[in-house]
Amino acid sequence: MRHTISALVENKFGVLARISTLFAARGFNIDSLSVGETEDPDVSRMTIVVRGDDRILEQVEKQLNKLVDVIKVIDFKGTAHLERDLVLVKVKADKTTRSEILQIVDIFRAKIVDVAADSLIVEITGDVNKIEAILLLLKPFGIKEMCRTGIIALARGLK
Amino acid sequence: MIKTGSEIFVECLLRENVDILYGIPGGQLIPIFDKIYGSQLKLILTRHEQGAAHMADGYARSTGKTGVCIATSGPGATNLVTGLANAYLDSIPMVAFTGQVPTTLIGNDAFQEADITGITRPVTKHNYLVKDVKDLATVIREAFYIASTGRPGPVLVDIPADVQRASTEFIWPEKVSIRSYRPNYEGHPGQIKKAAELINSSKRPVLYVGGGVITSESSAEVIALAKKAEIPVTTTLLAIGAFPPDSELCLGMPGMHGTYFANHAIQNSDLLIAVGSRFDDRVTGKVSAFAPHARIIHIDIDPTSISKNVVVDVPVVGDAKSILLELNKEIKKSSHGEWISQINKWKKAHPITYQKDAKLRPQYVIEAIDELTKGEAIVVTEVGQHQMWAAQFYKAKKPRTFLSSGGLGTMGFGLPAAIGAKMANPDKIVVDISGDGSFQMNVQELATAVLNKVNIKVAILNNQYLGMVRQWQEMFYGKRYSATCLHRVPSCPEKCSKPGTKLCPAYTPDFVKLAEAYGAVGIRISTKKDVVPALKKALAVNKPVILEFMVEQEENVLPMVPAGAALDEIITNLA
Repeated sequence: MRHTISALVENKFGVLARISTLFAARGFNIDSLSVGETEDPDVSRMTIVVRGDDRILEQVEKQLNKLVDVIKVIDFKGTAHLERDLVLVKVKADKTTRSEILQIVDIFRAKIVDVAADSLIVEITGDVNKIEAILLLLKPFGIKEMCRTGIIALARGLK
Repeated sequence: MIKTGSEIFVECLLRENVDILYGIPGGQLIPIFDKIYGSQLKLILTRHEQGAAHMADGYARSTGKTGVCIATSGPGATNLVTGLANAYLDSIPMVAFTGQVPTTLIGNDAFQEADITGITRPVTKHNYLVKDVKDLATVIREAFYIASTGRPGPVLVDIPADVQRASTEFIWPEKVSIRSYRPNYEGHPGQIKKAAELINSSKRPVLYVGGGVITSESSAEVIALAKKAEIPVTTTLLAIGAFPPDSELCLGMPGMHGTYFANHAIQNSDLLIAVGSRFDDRVTGKVSAFAPHARIIHIDIDPTSISKNVVVDVPVVGDAKSILLELNKEIKKSSHGEWISQINKWKKAHPITYQKDAKLRPQYVIEAIDELTKGEAIVVTEVGQHQMWAAQFYKAKKPRTFLSSGGLGTMGFGLPAAIGAKMANPDKIVVDISGDGSFQMNVQELATAVLNKVNIKVAILNNQYLGMVRQWQEMFYGKRYSATCLHRVPSCPEKCSKPGTKLCPAYTPDFVKLAEAYGAVGIRISTKKDVVPALKKALAVNKPVILEFMVEQEENVLPMVPAGAALDEIITNLA
């Protein structure tokens, strides 16, 4: 099962290594991982997307909680939450294809952030489904390079 | 007051009530060793850093206090790793300090540089690299706090040489507060109530207690629970001494080399009460067939232990002592006569025993040690057959008097751990029950024992094999003794599956001469009748003594649950 795990951690060196070690020791490949400051600059939030056996992952979450530098761990599985991923994708584009690409970008409410003679950079924000859908449409034009931030997530409501 | 990092180190250790630390200096530790010199800290110079870690471990296991060891950067630090892993798996409070290359050189592949916080991350409870002398006092305070609270474990503090030399205002943090580390001691009252209900309605309960009972000092509460509700008790390798061996309710050790009656009691129980134990694979055997009829209560301070290997019905997270105190109020006095008499039948039919003949058998040596010390010595073991025989035949009566490497199974643990235990308990007899294989893995610490007048006794059960592996080769690999004979020489036949032929060379090394070379006393015992006199002599000598017992070479540890089998598929004899 796919799990989106959010960990609030002390903003210190070495914490990322401690966390990735726990997953690596069990042979879990991390689908995506993003780290950034929170409203408290001493605290970072790590959002980890990982697939694996539910019971083993529950164990991993407990072990994350046990790490001295980890303040709180939340598994978003089964709870109302928002997920966003940001993608920069460089697509081949010349004057014959440019307008078609622009239309797709428009439909997905994405943005063109760079234009060159033979390519465009598109910035897309959204959940996994939206991003997969637009990438599918952009692929035939030729994707030269791509970069993603990885999923970030927050629970909905006041929780 | 302005102090250097090295002065802060000494000051903090004294304030943490450290009286003794074990270690070896090195290039990146000279500033700290300079301040230890002439201070109130007693530093024991070991001969290998692994020895230092195990001595700190033996000190901690035998007292409950935090053990301390220190090693230099690079190879000194990496030599600590086995000792840290050993302490980590058995939840032993320990703080290890390492020197590090100056901060300006970190990451440069400097001379004797190793990323020791990276290397030890998976085998420590927590670790620190101190990059600023201003943080040093707080880090040391936190290290001792983390090592000794919650589920204890080793913490490593890596101190670069320039941090040792730098100066700052010394401020002792009176309190430790770590927002991300708040161990929970009190058990949930609702869960305790549920546990009590299960106990009150059970017909065939078994208490399965582990090292957590020793750590939380809750042996008295376990005894009270067992007596009040008449529950038989099985103690794991790490809990030996937590329950009186002469009690009718005592089942001995469970698991692979546990007793027939402990294993059958678990398999037939309707309620298993696990206290401070973690359902290790050496205890459960085949997990899917473990305690098939039992509801399970699990009392443990570590939430990650709950339902890790075996799914439990009533988990109670917290300190075993405080939970048992509450639980004992909730349970009714009851008796389980039928269950006890069933267990007594198993005890009678399949006692822990061995062939009592004229031969010098290893089990006899342990019985003799037990008798001569009245089970009141501190027994330390290495790892292997002798360890299991010690667990089966030495009747430790008190907690912290049977010290063994359980989780990691570290050969070479016993001798240094015995030295640490003896230094912490100078008035007690300390015996390291050893094998000829394990003994050679940290034999250099004999020098530490002799020079510091640490009057330990080492009983080597010399079967001239790596006996436990040999036993598996005999039982499961067609007696193909691949690399388990310890006196094999180039002139031996390529394959050899029996000891004691005329071809066998004289054994090397000569442990008696080896003992003498180090300044200890060596005694070789080859016949059964010499065992007791030799032990008496050893106990009377005020020096470290190495007793080399030339025991039956192919003696096997029985009973045995083969790896992957269920506990009731226990083999009681090989005939």
